[in-house]
Parts: sequence; structure tokens; C-alpha cells
Amino acid sequence: MTTLQETDLDLSSASISPLRNYTGKVLTVLSGVFVAIIVIPLAIVLWDVAKEGVHRLNWQTLTQTRFPPPGLSEGGFGHAIVGTLMVLATAATLSFPFGVLAAVYLSEFGRGSKLAYFVKFSCNVLTGVPAIICGLFAYAVAVQGRGFSAFSGGVALAVLMLPIVIRSTEEALLLVPQDLRLASIGIGSTRFQTTMRIVLPTAAPGIVTGLILALARSAGEAAPLLFTAFNNNFWSTNLFGPVATLPVMTYFFAIIPYRPQQELAWAGALVLLAIVLIASLISRFVVYKTKL
Amino acid sequence: MTVTQQKLANVFDVKDLNVYYGSALAVKNVTMAIPERQITAFIGPSGCGKSTVLRCFNRTNDLIPGARVEGKLTYHGKDLYAPNVDPVSVRRRIGMVFQKPNPFPKTIYDNVAYGPRVLGMKVNLDEVVETCLKKAALWDEVKDKLRDSGQSLSGGQQQRLCIARALAVKPDVILMDEPCSALDPISTRRIEELMKELKRDYTIVIVTHNMQQASRVSDMTAFFSVELQGSHRVGELMEYDRTEVIFNSPVKEATRDYVEGRFG
Repeated sequence: MTTLQETDLDLSSASISPLRNYTGKVLTVLSGVFVAIIVIPLAIVLWDVAKEGVHRLNWQTLTQTRFPPPGLSEGGFGHAIVGTLMVLATAATLSFPFGVLAAVYLSEFGRGSKLAYFVKFSCNVLTGVPAIICGLFAYAVAVQGRGFSAFSGGVALAVLMLPIVIRSTEEALLLVPQDLRLASIGIGSTRFQTTMRIVLPTAAPGIVTGLILALARSAGEAAPLLFTAFNNNFWSTNLFGPVATLPVMTYFFAIIPYRPQQELAWAGALVLLAIVLIASLISRFVVYKTKL
Repeated sequence: MTVTQQKLANVFDVKDLNVYYGSALAVKNVTMAIPERQITAFIGPSGCGKSTVLRCFNRTNDLIPGARVEGKLTYHGKDLYAPNVDPVSVRRRIGMVFQKPNPFPKTIYDNVAYGPRVLGMKVNLDEVVETCLKKAALWDEVKDKLRDSGQSLSGGQQQRLCIARALAVKPDVILMDEPCSALDPISTRRIEELMKELKRDYTIVIVTHNMQQASRVSDMTAFFSVELQGSHRVGELMEYDRTEVIFNSPVKEATRDYVEGRFG
């Protein structure tokens, strides 16, 4: 046994080389700075939108269902909120079943197969496709010959959401411990039963969060809707006709030189943010509630 | 049929079993017979293939990509690896308890009721849940909180819940893969007592790293050993006999060294 020196028993920070101490402190400060760099712009954006949007955020704006003629300050964007919800509902209906089932295939049935690899690769490529290309695709598939419609807007957003849905669902499924699958199979249930009764319910909170975040992400897209859902100055619930949506409205009104319209654009942006925030909160709540 | 003949009946007959993972041989030349309503323990160093052999008995090895079995393995005289055998129905008859307690994230009641439900068994679920929890010596501790999550229980209770869950589908064999290695000594003792209770109705095969456990609970003991073949390790069944023989007067030197703690 070696004999202990006095210096071996020095447990204060002085025994650590100054360089290590110094580097540790510098890196801590640095990471703090980067956190601030991330958080500050976010806070500024929220503050700006809230400050400007609150002027026109009133009952009339939310419930009136026609856009004001240029320069006038009557009207509101109630129909744009409904239009946004219609487009999002369509996108969800189209992308959720396909996305979740594809993820179930990737995680439960096709793990390691060539097809799974191909699906994952396509999914990665699709993630990188610019939003406006999704819009062009929907234009080619659902608009040409039929005219602008809420439905085609939904198609565009569904294409945009699909890779996010697949990847977030797959991640949620992969988090389910292998032990649970083995336990279920060990009792004599089939893989289908295991997937339906154990894996999906266990992953449900994660899946729901992913779905809602995908929805929130696409809710703010204007580009794919410009030439699919287009715009509408008036109330419309026709799924196969053009509808107004909040992002497109914000885009149009932000670039015209009339103050009332610009204020409406700000208010629209604020409502859009609120929708996204509420959606995230709901997803958190669902996770919290279903945790057994 | 006389009583002695019944006692000698074998549940599993294994003959020249080789298990491969991909092209690599994992366990070779296993020949053994597992007697009915007895506890058979598999002991041996890590990597000797005890768990691998155990998993062959209810075909959970099928789930590992590349796993392949050679030789003959019969269950009550029926070839478990015959082409017309459905692994799902095998697992229904031959239950399994795992190393880490793995209750489903469901209520205690639903954990036990899961098996009968998925198998579509026409039974009174309340009754099944109660009997199985009683058999697993857990009923008194959980009877007032059947609607609580199975994962809210302590480790030892969770493992007994997993045993109750396995019993609910009325298996006749229970395979246990190091069921106590994640538990404290008191919980371990309870599970061991439980195993002795259960062997009146079930055949139990247990893999354990704990030699005292094997000597305490088992009737038969199989000692597996590992040998180096080139760069990879191949497991092998060294000796298989009544537990007192393995621990007191083993035939092979390697077995003696292992049970006396002189190895490596």
C-alpha cells in the first residue's frame, strides 16, 4: 500500500488544476450566454406580437366574418379562424392515420427491413422539402381543374406534417421498453395484440404530443396555402371552396398600406400564436392526465 | 398409471440441442429432461447460455433476429419446433417471468386480467384475478388497491404481480429468468417460498446466478459452462442431476469447482 501524502488529502478546489477550474467556469458562462441568445429573440417576438396584436383583439374582430374593405376598420377574421381549423382538420385526418400506421410499421413490424429503411429515407427527404413545394404538389394534385379549396390546403399541410408525424410517433414507440413487449408475448398474445393493447397505449402520451406539435407546426404555414386554400373575404364552410386562413390573411394584410388591415394582421398573428400555445398546453395536459 | 410413473413424467425432453445466433454457435449439445412439477435450476457463469436454453422452451428466441435452433425439443412428447407449431400457443402454455419486473403500465387488476382478455378466455375475470393474486401471495397486500397502477408497487411486489399475470392464462410450466436478481433478500425469500408453493401445480424452470438459491429451491440442477472456440464463447451443458448430487458429489471437476466457488 502506498503512503498518503498531505497533497493527496487536499479535497479543496485548489487541488484541481487551475486550467480545469477555469475551463469549467468559462463553459458554464458560455452555455448561459447561448441560452440567452435563444430565449431573448423568442421573448421579443412574443412581446412584439402581443403588443401590436392586442389593439384589435376584441370580440368584434374574433366574431365578425368578413374582412374589411381596404382602409376601413370594420369587420373581423372569425371566418379565417374557422378556415384555419377546417384546413388543419383536413390535414390531421389525412396525415395522422398514415403517419401513425407507418410509424407502427417502422417500429413494430419492419424493424431492420429494407422497406423500413426506404420509408425512413423517404421520410428524411420529405422533412427537407420546402413548404412551398408541398403547396405546389397539392396545387398539382388537388387544385388544378378543381379550383382553390380548403381541402387542397389540407392536402398541402398533410404532406408537410407527414414526416414529423412519422418520426415523432416512431420515437414515442421506440421509448416503450422491450420488456413490455416480451411480457405480453410471453403470455401468449400475438404481435398485433401486443401492439394494440400494450405498445400503443403505453406510447399514447408521446404520440399525442407529437401529433399536436406537428399540427402546431403546420398551423403557422402560409406558403403552402397561398395557392391551395387561397383566401376568402367572406364566411365559407365549403370544404371544396377557397377559405380564409390566419397565416394567409396575416401575409396579405401585413403588406398593404392601410393601418386597420395591418392591425388586423397583428391580431391574426397573435391569435395564431395563441392557438399553437393552447395546442401545446393541451398536449402537455393529455400527457399529464394519462400518466398512470 | 401408477403414482411413481406420474412422478417421473417429463415435461420437456431436450436432445442434442444447438442454438445459433446468426452463424455463431451459442450453446451446443444440450440433452436433458425436465421433470413435471419439480423446480429445475440452471446455473453457470455469464454467457454460458442458460437463458438462451430457457428461452427455447417457450420460443421467445424466435423474436431475436437470426436465432436458430437445431436438435429436438419436445413438450409432453410434442416437437416444439415442428412446422405446424404456433409459437403464440406455445407461450400460452409455457409462461415466463423475466429478470426485471415488467408490469404493464395498467392497473393491478388489468395486469392480471390481460392474459385472459387477449386470449378470449371465457372466465369470471374477478375470480381469476383474485385466485392468481392469492397464488402469487400478493392478494393481501393489494386487495384494496386493485385499481392502482401495477408500476406503483415495490420491486418484489411487481415481480409477484408478474407471476400472477403469468398464472392467469393457466399455463403448466413457468420459466423464470433470474427472477430475483433485481430484488432485495426479503423479496427474494418471498419469491422462493412462492416457487415452492407453486410447484404443486406447475413445473418451474429457473435461471439463477445465485447458487444458494439453486440449492435452496430446486430439485434438479443443470450446470452450464462456457468454453472458448476461437474468439467466441460457446455454452455447454456440463452436468445435470438432482440438486443434492450437483452440490455435494458432482461427477465433473468443473462442476465441483463452480459450486465450491473455485473458478476463473
